[in-house]
Amino acid sequence: MRSHASAITNLEGRDLKAALARKGRVNRIRSFCLVLPLLGFTSVVFIFPILLMGYRAIDDSVAVHAFPKTLAKLENWRPGNDIPESLYRTFAKELRGARKSGDDGRLATRLNYELPGARSATIRLSRALQRDLAEVRTYRALFQDVNKKWVQPDIWAALKSLNSPYTAYYFLAALDRERDIHGDIVLRPPTERTYVKLFVRTFWVSLLVAAICILLAYPIAYQLATLPAKTANLLLILVLLPFWTSLLVRTTAWIVLLQSEGVLNDLFVATGLIDDASRIQMIYNMFGTIVAMTHILLPFMVLPLYSVMKTIPPSYLRAAVSLGATPARAWLSIYFPLTLPGMGAGSILVFILCIGYYVTPALVGGRTGQLIASSIAYHMQTSLNWGLAAAIGTIVLAVVLVMYWLYERLVGLNELRMG
Amino acid sequence: MASLSPHVGPSGHFWKYAFRLLCASIYLFLVAPILVIIPLSFNAEPYFTFTPGMLSFDPDAYSLRWYRDILDDAHWMRSIRNSFIVGLSSTLLATILGTVAALGLSRSDMPFRTAIMAMLISPMIVPVIITAAGMYFFLSSVGLSQSFAGLILAHTVLGTPFVVVTVTATMSGFDKTLARASASLGAPPTTTFFKVIMPLIGPGVISGAMFAFITSFDEVVAALFLAGTEQRTVPRQMWAGIRESLSPTILAVATLLILVCVMLLVVLELLRRRNERLRGIRS
Repeated sequence: MRSHASAITNLEGRDLKAALARKGRVNRIRSFCLVLPLLGFTSVVFIFPILLMGYRAIDDSVAVHAFPKTLAKLENWRPGNDIPESLYRTFAKELRGARKSGDDGRLATRLNYELPGARSATIRLSRALQRDLAEVRTYRALFQDVNKKWVQPDIWAALKSLNSPYTAYYFLAALDRERDIHGDIVLRPPTERTYVKLFVRTFWVSLLVAAICILLAYPIAYQLATLPAKTANLLLILVLLPFWTSLLVRTTAWIVLLQSEGVLNDLFVATGLIDDASRIQMIYNMFGTIVAMTHILLPFMVLPLYSVMKTIPPSYLRAAVSLGATPARAWLSIYFPLTLPGMGAGSILVFILCIGYYVTPALVGGRTGQLIASSIAYHMQTSLNWGLAAAIGTIVLAVVLVMYWLYERLVGLNELRMG
Repeated sequence: MASLSPHVGPSGHFWKYAFRLLCASIYLFLVAPILVIIPLSFNAEPYFTFTPGMLSFDPDAYSLRWYRDILDDAHWMRSIRNSFIVGLSSTLLATILGTVAALGLSRSDMPFRTAIMAMLISPMIVPVIITAAGMYFFLSSVGLSQSFAGLILAHTVLGTPFVVVTVTATMSGFDKTLARASASLGAPPTTTFFKVIMPLIGPGVISGAMFAFITSFDEVVAALFLAGTEQRTVPRQMWAGIRESLSPTILAVATLLILVCVMLLVVLELLRRRNERLRGIRS
């Protein structure tokens, strides 16, 4: 096509170089147009939702949007001062108006993060304000009747702190931190510290699983690479079968094998290794998580290792031995370094997949074998603290993206093949 | 290391067999859990372990009751139907979008190739729970949460990277002079695509489509976040089964899924061979 085009420009007598550049530009645009549909689709349905999640992690606009007058009045108020009647009246009006849009509930939930118990106080107040307010003498009395919290400064200080549409609250909470009454960042009370521990645990479990995967994948990848192609292809099926088997099937399989009335424990009892009373608890704990995760992620280590080992010519080792190296020495200083890229590729992949893993730990991890992803699911589905879920998700995403970038630098995306 | 030198002594033989034993036990670790499920799904008793009758191969200890259970249970049947609806629709979408994009990505004059590739593959790398959380916020803001459309969109996003990766890999082995030859003989681009390019990269496209289908068919996190009870898929139903009421019906479903997986693997292998044969003829 290109030679065709340049022939025409030649006949037209235009500058060949400019014509070629123009043609190249047209071709580039044409190539880009092919990618455009998927690029657009991925941007709208994938990238945008993830940015939306990032926004949720800092979004704090409910008070600014629905209670602007109250916030303006609170500007001049300090926690030591009396709460003026006009403040009560303004807030009552705005809260009454917020009921329809559901902003009263949102404010209640948000206040509760700052001050435990504020949720029910706000909701009750909102309900109390629905009746006819004509006979109300002082709003202060009405507020006090609903809940004593409303005549104390804490809840107003909490409301005042919501005066910006953005907050670092969720990110601080995701790192077990909060702002104290002076606005300084401090650690939460020891009983409320959960996430840093979970992050650290997830990190170590991911490293451990990657390490176990290397140990298990290395021998079989080596065997696959040294066997004749026909036998190797047959054995490769044993790796690919679990790779393509449904995740839930494999997780179910481990429950069947490891539970205390399960196949392995029965086998141990039948062979007399342990007696019936002391069956081993191998699942619904960290052990279960690690075993099942290793099983699920092992193929991701075997495949890149195998493809690297296949390209190492056996003559390298023979050359080393013929030059006087012992087989162990030859292996250690020739073969092993050449397999490092495969190990690196597999480890990064396993580590990335492990860090955000939810399904398997949730099903076999019990109470002690949970990883950080389970707290995202908990806040998305149970506590409905979406801001916190989004903040934890954003932190995990940042770690994953750094690893992804590392993978692209060290290995290259073309090596990312499935099966 | 046994293959290093023909002059191995007895200790070399020992290591050779020890190595084989080690490899065999790793393969056992990989495959045994899957194989254990299959006989247990024929258990006549509601247990998750081998009964004495099963071990002595007593025919009465085996039954198809858990398979009948699936057929009798409206929830399971509906989830199977849902899985196929969602799986086939998202596969179709992902295959079309992914193949067209892969054609663009494998052209030599593609601008920003690495960056775009990285972005298109990222749904495979980003943890599904994060994708699902983002999608939840997005879909509920456009009123598509708890709908088939939302779940299909989510599964399409998750499936496209597999199509892109597989078809780009196939295109790297595609002889571009063939397309040029077709054009020089007067074929318009669409004719070239359907008569020359498509038959040659067809196997790659089909395996990409199968990866996309498997991804959707096995996906549970997005289904947890985005599907209502009406849209429950098989994995979502299994999830409920494992979490709430562990019944051997799950093992029967699992066995059927293993069967599906084996069939897909066989088809993939046949496609791979066909692809190699086609390349062999050309070179």
